[in-house]
Amino acid sequence: MEVKDIKIKAFPAEEFKDNETLQLYIDELKREGGSVIVGKLDQLVNWGRANSLWPLAFATSCCGIEFMAAASAHYDLSRFGMEVTRNSPRQADVMVVAGTIVNKMAPLLRRVYDQMAEPKYVVAMGACAISGGPFVHSYNVVNGVDQLVPVDIYIPGCPPRPESLFYGLLQLQRKVKVERFFGHKRIKRNYRPETLVDPETGERIDPQIDFNTK
Amino acid sequence: MLIYSQPLEVTQILDTVDQFLRTHLSPGMVSLSKGILTGLLLLVAYAVIALALIYIERKVAAFFQARLGPNRLGKYGVFQSLADMIKILIKEIIPINKADQLLFFAASFFVIIASLLAFGAIPFGMDLHAIDFNLGVFYLLAVSSLGVIGILLAGWSSNNKYSMIGAMRSGAQFISYELSAGFSLMTIVVLSGTLQFSEIIEGQRYCWNLFNGHLPAVVAFVIYLISGHAETNRGPFDLPEAESELTAGYHTEYSGLQFGFFYLSEYLNMFIVAAVATTMFLGGWMPVQIKGWEAFNQVMWVIPSWAWFIGKVGVMIFLSLWVRWSFPRLRIDLLLNLEWKYLLPINLVNLLVMVIIVLSGFTLTELFPAFFGR
Amino acid sequence: MRDIRKMILVTAPDALIEERQKLTVTLRPEQLHRVMEELRRDETIPYDYLISLTGMDWGDTLGVIYQLSSSADLTREIIVITSTANRTDPLLYSVSDLYETAQLNEREVYALFGIRFINNPDMRRFLLNDQWKGFPFRKDYTHDPVVNPVTVISSDIVDIAPRIRETAGGDLVEESVAIFDEDDYIINIGPQHPSTHGVMHFRTTLDGEIVKKVDVHSGYIHRGIEKLCENMTYPQMLHLTDRLDYLSANINRHALCMCIEKAADIAVPARAQYIRTIMDELQRISSHLLAWAAHCNDLGGTTAFIYGMREREHILDIFDKTCGGRLIVNQNVVGGVMFDIYPDFQKDVKAFIPYMRRQLIEYDHFFSHNAIALGRLVDIGHLSREDAISYGVTGPAGRASGWSCDVRRYKPYALYDKVEFKEILRTDGDSYARYMNRLDEIAQSLHIIEQLIDRIPPGEVCTKVKPVIRLPEGQFFQSVETGKGEFGVFIESRGEKTPYRVKFRSPSLSAVSAIPLICKGSFLSDLIGIAGSMDFVIPDIDR
Repeated sequence: MEVKDIKIKAFPAEEFKDNETLQLYIDELKREGGSVIVGKLDQLVNWGRANSLWPLAFATSCCGIEFMAAASAHYDLSRFGMEVTRNSPRQADVMVVAGTIVNKMAPLLRRVYDQMAEPKYVVAMGACAISGGPFVHSYNVVNGVDQLVPVDIYIPGCPPRPESLFYGLLQLQRKVKVERFFGHKRIKRNYRPETLVDPETGERIDPQIDFNTK
Repeated sequence: MLIYSQPLEVTQILDTVDQFLRTHLSPGMVSLSKGILTGLLLLVAYAVIALALIYIERKVAAFFQARLGPNRLGKYGVFQSLADMIKILIKEIIPINKADQLLFFAASFFVIIASLLAFGAIPFGMDLHAIDFNLGVFYLLAVSSLGVIGILLAGWSSNNKYSMIGAMRSGAQFISYELSAGFSLMTIVVLSGTLQFSEIIEGQRYCWNLFNGHLPAVVAFVIYLISGHAETNRGPFDLPEAESELTAGYHTEYSGLQFGFFYLSEYLNMFIVAAVATTMFLGGWMPVQIKGWEAFNQVMWVIPSWAWFIGKVGVMIFLSLWVRWSFPRLRIDLLLNLEWKYLLPINLVNLLVMVIIVLSGFTLTELFPAFFGR
Repeated sequence: MRDIRKMILVTAPDALIEERQKLTVTLRPEQLHRVMEELRRDETIPYDYLISLTGMDWGDTLGVIYQLSSSADLTREIIVITSTANRTDPLLYSVSDLYETAQLNEREVYALFGIRFINNPDMRRFLLNDQWKGFPFRKDYTHDPVVNPVTVISSDIVDIAPRIRETAGGDLVEESVAIFDEDDYIINIGPQHPSTHGVMHFRTTLDGEIVKKVDVHSGYIHRGIEKLCENMTYPQMLHLTDRLDYLSANINRHALCMCIEKAADIAVPARAQYIRTIMDELQRISSHLLAWAAHCNDLGGTTAFIYGMREREHILDIFDKTCGGRLIVNQNVVGGVMFDIYPDFQKDVKAFIPYMRRQLIEYDHFFSHNAIALGRLVDIGHLSREDAISYGVTGPAGRASGWSCDVRRYKPYALYDKVEFKEILRTDGDSYARYMNRLDEIAQSLHIIEQLIDRIPPGEVCTKVKPVIRLPEGQFFQSVETGKGEFGVFIESRGEKTPYRVKFRSPSLSAVSAIPLICKGSFLSDLIGIAGSMDFVIPDIDR
């Protein structure tokens, strides 16, 4: 499988940027192998998954409004089958973190993420969600949601325009289409939980633990 | 009555299958295999209709909202629901800690089985019904009201306050509106003099019940549309799942296929309500016929009965979607007021009026037997 | 004016009364409550509107600045200052019994400065977690991620409020009260909820479907903007104001620009004034449209939501063409505007005005006169005029309660004294009045734009301003009317290139503080509807 084999309707592979990174992922998956028949089934599964990404808008600030604008008449997110915004995290596929995440919100973001059913994806929308954005020096702002949850796609902008959101979501579709359902091959996601510590004991938190059972 | 040529009916195919089974199997096996075949057909039809409705709803909603709607998968995005189905089938089903596991699991089946049972009783076309009960209407009312048990169970067992509120709302709403729905159907039963769907349809050959019973029938029709719409838990009566209040209402905690069941049954219930309205008021699958106009009637019969059925149901569903996407949501007290203070009293009086009209012979068929009589 | 001075001197003989940008009174803490009470209860002009309550750290002392005004005459303002030298356990007297809006503000000051208020019934921290160590707005606070780390471990919410009460004998008693009864059915509406307009958190107790009590939690998007401003030069601060109330981004920024311009005595060219006013009004329309859309969506009218957003896009397109930004326009700068309007600007705006008027009529047909909508709006969430003033609820919501509080009319800025417009007043005070006020204000904004659009004079759009601006020493205030109500900027300068303290008066905070009052006893569904009708933006509350 090559990058150019990933079909997105009306959007050829050459028009996407950063095809190299995706190719790296593909190569990695290829090395691990997979039989032909499973490959076909995988394609069917991926076709379903990629085209039915129901978003959960974790909207905290300005980016949330742009998300709403993207879902409205002028831009119309529903063209990609993504207008079914689920307010219950159990039923959503992709969490769009739209806005600044502050210390007080961090546990809640993680909890919502934990409540989502696999396969789940996270899109960091806007500068704040990516790195803290204009508030990076603040005492109360998490410098990037990838400290809390694994992130699939970053959409820069402050706030990103709906077009950027679409581009990001289409990139996510391409990423989903590379995955292997049979054999649980997920694509690498960005996650740097090094800074997480327990507020009472001051110890590092193991990112693998189930936070709800603690 | 003349026999019209019916080139596109499926009756012949059914007969062929029947003959084939009879020549190859013992009588007991014939019934068994016919039962299994019918069940399978119904299941497939259930899934296909639900998926089609989901797609239609999304497109119609887009139309009302000046949007495009899904358009990436296939022409006009017709495969959108298929993709959704594939995704939901393999989505993780999360077991909830501290939930009542058995009830939590059973709830989604209750909902879907109730709607499937009701679905099975619908006459889709000439001879296209699984079983023609002589108590058809009664059976339909009975099984379709089972669904609310599933919703109550879902809300109770999820151990989630939003679900609980949603389920309680649903219970109150369902019990209230089931009354109205039942009474308005009873009005038509009084008019037709039977509970059997096939006879009700046959009785509407030249004059739909909606016109035959004129004033009380129209009132019953409107009330049935309102209460049927309310029973399906769709806007403006979508209090049990009120997105903006209760996030996802009674199915907040459900994921994957279990949620898929709730989702499917919601759309199927919409179909069932539309189908019942069609059968009871709009002549069911019976083509439009005018007494004495044989050539016209022949042309009408060329269009097969199931197409008539789908066409009429389609109009009813469009009406339902129109309401769904136009009105804001009712509040629980307004909702119950509407039922107990307005619809139910009107309904009772209406039933009485219908009885008087039928007894005194003021129906159209009896007033103008030359035009509408059987 | 004389009377006020005399009256204050009678109550507090050693009060320091100065005539700065505003009349400023400095008091000892124990005099504060009595003087405030006198001002509040004054018969001729009661100072019953607490515009803002600002915590301050002056190095050796901690204090509070109260900005008071009168609902009878909004042009009159008094600044009251009090302070205490005790930095370990600073105590001041609460004015929450005089001004309801003070309650949340005092809790905020406690969270940020550590000042506790005697007689405030609820002294929990407002914006920060209970576990937060230190008081971030104090000048000696240094942030250490080890002390206050980012974590993913949820902590339970403790519903017990500590407070300090002064007994009749003058002793101070520390006690704690439970917010809820033991067997209350509490549901959390928010912080991640589709209809809290962001990350508001209402802990609500229910009796069936009836709301018994609402406890407001906030701070899920507290980004410390005011603290960030203290380390920025004045032009750098501007972009942060856009991200407070992002729906009125341009108007917020206008306020800060005007505050700096007035303090530094920078003249703004006439052309820039026209552009600013027109852009402000366009922004107001877009803000009201979104508020209308979101309100309808809260009531379950999804299609109405999409319609509101559709019309809004026309305005955003105009913004987009003017300066490349949609939601956040970055148009105003100190001394004028950053970009001149594009050649077709007038044509586009003129095309938009009749279009929007048609749509307003459609909204009326579609939603405003809908029977279900009326049932969900009329006589719901009643807010009286007195409460509106006491809670400081301004903007369309305050005017729906019959309180004439339009800053554009009473404290005109930019070109608002040159245009003719009607202040929309309603006296019902219910959700429907607030709803209709917004739609009517859209029509008024169109009217204002119509008067200006053909008269834009030629010339410069921005005065030359040095990249580093130093404001003279002093305290500077500026108010504007945003889509939500009165937005205020307060800057204390010590003559440096960065401000000493910046405070933004948030109209949304007042709107939210009134929610527990007006939602009590209503249905759960109406709580959502009322919240929609108050129209608040959370980052504006949390700052």
